[in-house]
Amino acid sequence: MALLTTVFAAITCTIIWYCTAPKSQMKIGILCFMYWGASIMWFVDAVFEYARIHEKYFNPAPADMLNDFYLGLSVVALGLVIWLVILLVKDPKGAVKSALFKKKD
Amino acid sequence: MACFLVPAAEAVITTVASKVIKSKESSPETVHISLDDSTVTEAVKTPFSQKLKWLSNLLWGGSSLLAFEHVWHGEVVPWFPFISVADNPADIAMMFNEMLTVGVTMAVLVTAVWGGILAISNVIEKRAVKSADILQLK
Repeated sequence: MALLTTVFAAITCTIIWYCTAPKSQMKIGILCFMYWGASIMWFVDAVFEYARIHEKYFNPAPADMLNDFYLGLSVVALGLVIWLVILLVKDPKGAVKSALFKKKD
Repeated sequence: MACFLVPAAEAVITTVASKVIKSKESSPETVHISLDDSTVTEAVKTPFSQKLKWLSNLLWGGSSLLAFEHVWHGEVVPWFPFISVADNPADIAMMFNEMLTVGVTMAVLVTAVWGGILAISNVIEKRAVKSADILQLK
């Protein structure tokens, strides 16, 4: 479930990036790289897990599935927080800078 | 247990490499391209240091989210020595085995995917330059 959640987040971010590129200054690319990187790594983890427990991998207990989905959502939230911090620090639109400084008349 | 440390180590190497390459790179090559097959515009090619940054972004992003998963499962703890199984030699051996198998495969697959992205971007770049050449000849 964590893998699926992250893959869907990666696909959604990539679609948003494509729709808003090349003019967007929102740095959606960072989110894409982050979620795709995590998806690839979790995919490898899933393959090794499948090699270990075979078909049981596809029949998790409902409680495990729910916990894994909760983990997936938390990972997506953490990714969004990291992206938001990078966006505010880099401030490509100058919004933070203009909030900190007042123009002199 | 600590498989994310392998891609994280690669991320450190690629970040340093990207900064070193950037400092040694000459000004990016200017080319004529066509984005819509009807007009020609002047553009600069994406330098290799920038493309290497794509790989470090994939590695940093992936390993940081994976590190969070390890905290979630109690395998990584916020106190020294940061790995919960560190006091059991048998578990440490298992951890290194996991790093050598799962961790290395993760790093290799991410790098392979990045290689694929590079190959596709090369084809797209060449196609844009070629269609501009055709338009300029007309």
